[in-house]
Amino acid sequence: MASILVFGETDDAGLTAPTLEMLGAASRLSGDLGGGVALALIGSGLADAAAVAGPAGADTVYTADADSVAAYQTDSYLPVAQGIVEQDSPAVVLMSQSSMGRDLAPRLATRLGTAAIMDSLGLEVEGDRVKATRSCYGGNARQVVTVQTDPQVVTVRPKSQDPLEADASRSADVIAVDVAEPTLRARTTGKEQAESEGIRLEDAEIVVSGGRGLGGPEAFADLESLAGVLTAAVGSSRAACDLGWYPPSQQVGLTGTVVSPTLYVAIAISGASQHMAGCGGSKNIVAINKDPDAPIFAFSRFGIVDDYKKVLPALESAFAEALD
Amino acid sequence: MDVIVCVKQIPDPETPAAAFKVDEAAMQVLPAQGISPVISPFDAQAVEAALRIKDASGDGSVNIISLGPDSARDAIKHSLAMGADEGYHLKDDAFDGGDAWTTALALSKAIQHLGVPDVLIFGRQAADWDQGTVGSIVAELLDLPSATVLRAVEMTGDSITVSRVVADGFENIELPTPCVLTISNEFGDPRYPQLRQIMQAARKQVTELTAADLGLDASEVGAAGARVQMHALFQPTSDVEVEIIEGDTPEEKAAGLVNALREAKIL
Ligand SMILES: Cc1cc2nc3c(=O)[nH]c(=O)nc-3n(C[C@H](O)[C@H](O)[C@H](O)COP(=O)(O)OP(=O)(O)OC[C@H]3O[C@@H](n4cnc5c(N)ncnc54)[C@H](O)[C@@H]3O)c2cc1C
Ligand SMILES: Nc1ncnc2c1ncn2[C@@H]1O[C@H](COP(=O)(O)O)[C@@H](O)[C@H]1O
Repeated sequence: MASILVFGETDDAGLTAPTLEMLGAASRLSGDLGGGVALALIGSGLADAAAVAGPAGADTVYTADADSVAAYQTDSYLPVAQGIVEQDSPAVVLMSQSSMGRDLAPRLATRLGTAAIMDSLGLEVEGDRVKATRSCYGGNARQVVTVQTDPQVVTVRPKSQDPLEADASRSADVIAVDVAEPTLRARTTGKEQAESEGIRLEDAEIVVSGGRGLGGPEAFADLESLAGVLTAAVGSSRAACDLGWYPPSQQVGLTGTVVSPTLYVAIAISGASQHMAGCGGSKNIVAINKDPDAPIFAFSRFGIVDDYKKVLPALESAFAEALD
Repeated sequence: MDVIVCVKQIPDPETPAAAFKVDEAAMQVLPAQGISPVISPFDAQAVEAALRIKDASGDGSVNIISLGPDSARDAIKHSLAMGADEGYHLKDDAFDGGDAWTTALALSKAIQHLGVPDVLIFGRQAADWDQGTVGSIVAELLDLPSATVLRAVEMTGDSITVSRVVADGFENIELPTPCVLTISNEFGDPRYPQLRQIMQAARKQVTELTAADLGLDASEVGAAGARVQMHALFQPTSDVEVEIIEGDTPEEKAAGLVNALREAKIL
């Protein structure tokens, strides 16, 4: 029995960054809860990912390895996840606030007779409860909450926690879990991959984002050109996505991607709380906006008050020169 | 097809940050001066999705349920004005201080009370607490298949095909009925009620239901039944001080910014 059971996710690189971050948080918190850290992996071909779990902070790894659970589906993952929780009986269950976590956590919690807290930013232990700080009211407020029933299910915002330094001398016990043939009611029949040229938003050290003030889709080509110079990813506000100017996969914000790059350049974005909910964790924000009273400036380290159309070409050359 | 949509009335999420205030001691958001509460935007889109299903199937009904104080009635009326058929207001002091669990419990009892329809639709998250769990909890309580965070919903014979927004694109999912769906903003704009429809909706009866009507004891709902406890509510503060880069020409400003970024060792 672990004090914290982390439901991890895998990608080509092994464990995803949010999984490593959750293992880091779990290691930090588990001491206070008096127990170890377990990682649960559901998927197919998990051996490589399971092998790095120990160095990343897990004492135990549960692997539910089967073709039938290769990709997340509510109906196939739910009984497997339930089985692992019942086998381990942890005090706390962590999941990422990912496409999987937002779907699975509330259903799993209900099935276990408990509740889930979603999208936590900060986690602390008090007594036997995990106190989670989370954003609400579109980023305008924070609340501190605990789950009073057991186990305490919490989803964790990517980039909100620090991973451990990988320690190759550590290893985890691997426990293989049987996967029964799932009964699918809702079934995934296909997938449309968003065309992902260039750097992924969530991985980028620099993000250049555009908003409604760009005035049309054409301007995003100029942002992409600037991003090319800066080796940056291009994001957008929801207003720009809703207008069809840029794909929804690039939306930054409360209901889009959460980014926390070293530098976030917000161009013709007003700085609504729901947008800041997705980029407020950036180390430095730079805003270009023609309105000196735009709320974005209150969150920015540097700002230029001007029409972006005039500034952008000059900025691209200045960056190109500086980075040459 | 028969559809039920659950909707919530909330403080307007477009309230400017400067007008947003919290009473930390009471752990409550204070109503902003002159800004009326609204139906949660994703819930208006959920109603839109339901109306399109009804239109496409040629018959059936769209019924609305909202749990909340008197103001919840306005979210129901808005939905009726959009074209929904009947409204049900779960109203009882016993519901006060509840959480996602107690809300979902009461909604699921109300749905059973009305009869489980072909499709149950929710917003992806209520834009006040931004949790996004009530739809999934109801699905679990009623043992129904679910698909969350959807940008498109289509009927194909007896089944429903949906497009789910995921981190790296979209997934197509096929569900049998009855099922639970939650709608995201990518679904598109909801219809805006016309004056005539607003007047018609104003005359329509909204059925009120109490905890007892749903077979729920006061100890199961509201603060007494809640599984999540709040310990604090506050507004985050930002400690950055912006430096506006001045210059006579855009070129000067651009060069000034690049310099500033270099000096701050950001570049
Ligand atoms: C529940 C909910 C969830 C939401 N989720 C998100 C989310 O995830 N992400 C998100 O981004 N939004 C989200 N929103 C929307 C959010 O509230 C804002 O409406 C949106 O972020 C505004 O986008 P914008 O800044 O591009 O547009 P606007 O607010 O219209 O701002 C445009 C800005 O461009 C400036 N501008 C105009 N022309 C120029 C020019 N020529 N040069 C320079 N500057 C110029 C203007 O001064 C203005 O500041 C959400 C809203 C709700 C209610
Ligand atoms: N009090 C309520 N009354 C009716 N429906 C609700 C209520 N609270 C939440 N919902 C529904 O559940 C969805 C998700 O809410 P939440 O889990 O609170 O973010 C909302 O978009 C609504 O469709």
